[in-house]
Amino acid sequence: MTISRADRRLGRKRFRFLRNDWELYALLLLPMIFVLIFKYGAYIGLSVAFKDYKILKGFFASKWNGFDNFAKVFAARDFTRAFRNTLLLNGLDLVLGFPAPIILALLLNEVRARSFKRVTQTLLYLPHFLSWVIIGAVAYQLFSLSGIVNTLITNNGAKAIPFLQENTHWLVSYLVIGVWQTMGWGTIVYLAAITGINPELYEAAVVDGANRFKQIIHVTLPSIRPTIITLLIMNLGRVMGGSFERVYSLMNVATTEYTYTIPVLIYNWGIQSSKYSQATALGLFQSVIGLLLVLGSDFIAKRFGEDGLL
Amino acid sequence: MVAANKSVPRKKPHIRKKPGAIIADALIYAVLAAVSLTCVMPFVHVLAKSLSSEAYVIARKVFLWPMGWTFSAYQKVFYDHSITRSMGVSIFVTVLFTLLGLVLTVCAAYPLSRTRLRGRRVFTFMILITLYFSGGMIPDYLLTNSLGMLESLTSLILPLAFSAYNFLIMKTSLQSSFPDSLEEAARIEGAGYFRILWSFVLPLSKPILMTIALFLAVGRWNAYQDALFFIKQRADLRPMQLKLYYLIVAATESFQASETVVAVRTNPEVLKAACVMFATVPILCIYPFIQRYFVQGVMIGAVKG
Repeated sequence: MTISRADRRLGRKRFRFLRNDWELYALLLLPMIFVLIFKYGAYIGLSVAFKDYKILKGFFASKWNGFDNFAKVFAARDFTRAFRNTLLLNGLDLVLGFPAPIILALLLNEVRARSFKRVTQTLLYLPHFLSWVIIGAVAYQLFSLSGIVNTLITNNGAKAIPFLQENTHWLVSYLVIGVWQTMGWGTIVYLAAITGINPELYEAAVVDGANRFKQIIHVTLPSIRPTIITLLIMNLGRVMGGSFERVYSLMNVATTEYTYTIPVLIYNWGIQSSKYSQATALGLFQSVIGLLLVLGSDFIAKRFGEDGLL
Repeated sequence: MVAANKSVPRKKPHIRKKPGAIIADALIYAVLAAVSLTCVMPFVHVLAKSLSSEAYVIARKVFLWPMGWTFSAYQKVFYDHSITRSMGVSIFVTVLFTLLGLVLTVCAAYPLSRTRLRGRRVFTFMILITLYFSGGMIPDYLLTNSLGMLESLTSLILPLAFSAYNFLIMKTSLQSSFPDSLEEAARIEGAGYFRILWSFVLPLSKPILMTIALFLAVGRWNAYQDALFFIKQRADLRPMQLKLYYLIVAATESFQASETVVAVRTNPEVLKAACVMFATVPILCIYPFIQRYFVQGVMIGAVKG
């Protein structure tokens, strides 16, 4: 492009880019307003964690009280239980739920009948599209004492199992349902990674006398290692989080031992008992630990020569 | 994606013929078939229950096929004004939320996908922070309260309409499908950015727009946490999932029309089953057709997530 004299004169002005690109900035305006109001607006609300917040006084008139709310949170007996449960549920979820999609993807990759593969995948994706309310409702239809599973069990002369009505059984059911809901969808990323593997690697492995199992161990798994590490980092970051909806849809009054997690406690304190400051402090504690976990595992992954996340 | 497609028709050089390999194959197919059946059987059972007459359900004789066919449970669900109304609320909220979300995502992703836009990094960074750190449940609640949006459907439409994740997918997709060079050409022709967006970018991005629309719609349709927090008094504004939660999971509410409209009493278990199916069927019907768009979105999101 040739630069005309008029352009050069404009170029001296520092804001020529505004004149050229004003349309782009105009487009940005609306989404940025939404981000500022609804995301950054919520950050302002975090100040409540350091205040003695009274909803009638509002954000600004309520008095600062330093870390008092945090002291109250950590001293609460409910907190200890919620903290333990959050780590327990998410930790077990990670141990059981993380390998499941990898195994499933490896199995799917061995299938050569196209239509079988397509139908299986479609069915496996289904739970991902359903809400936790529906999954919870169906779980109770199936696993309650009068549900179909216990009918089959008692028809065979065995005793009914309280899948969702007793603490330890509930924990196991919660984990199994979680694995079931996520494993199919989780295969997508791994299958994509597997498709990208150079076929020559397999040819070389066959020449070396590797059978199918050995090909999986020595070719497929090492090739998708970066994907596995990335997803592991993301999942480690969630060990302090956990879905409120999932616990809330599956819990019942009979089994409160393990259902009391941090998100549920925040809900009980904040929404149900109007202890906004304490609930916000707990939420802030949770998200800061979560952020540190992501950054920490990302750092470690990079130390070990992996790609990392950020 | 292109590179991935190229390697699809490869033949993996397996050692065949050995009996061990055949057994392994049979095992793999059996495991996969069993696992994928667990994903549909529960719904087949609930469907069967919802279509059965109550005597069979009470006697626990219904497994995967309805016994004593009847639609009376569905009749009651349809006559229950509060359930159909919740369905209406869900549809209304989902449509508006999806449209708004699409507009916001495009308006943010298009400018920020242009590499020479000044301040691009700052804006992108501002948006991406929200992906890793959010205010949390209570600050969100307090914000909704101070904006006067509690007990109103705006609380379900506005706050979550713009999501950093969708933005990232759209931006990544635009950067690869609509490079700066193509835009330069259009600029030289004298087209403004609005014009370029409308006549080039949007028509070229139909698949990714579809993906994002579906992410928004399915996400909104399925979520109930915000509705549980924000809509407590106005029972008439409850979306379907929240209604379902009160009716079935918490069981704190009873079916309105169960005694009045249809004279025969229906077992609550049958009614619950019918209600679950009523809420599930819309998703069941469309998901085989929409899953490929989802898969696409997940792949783009995985590139840099």
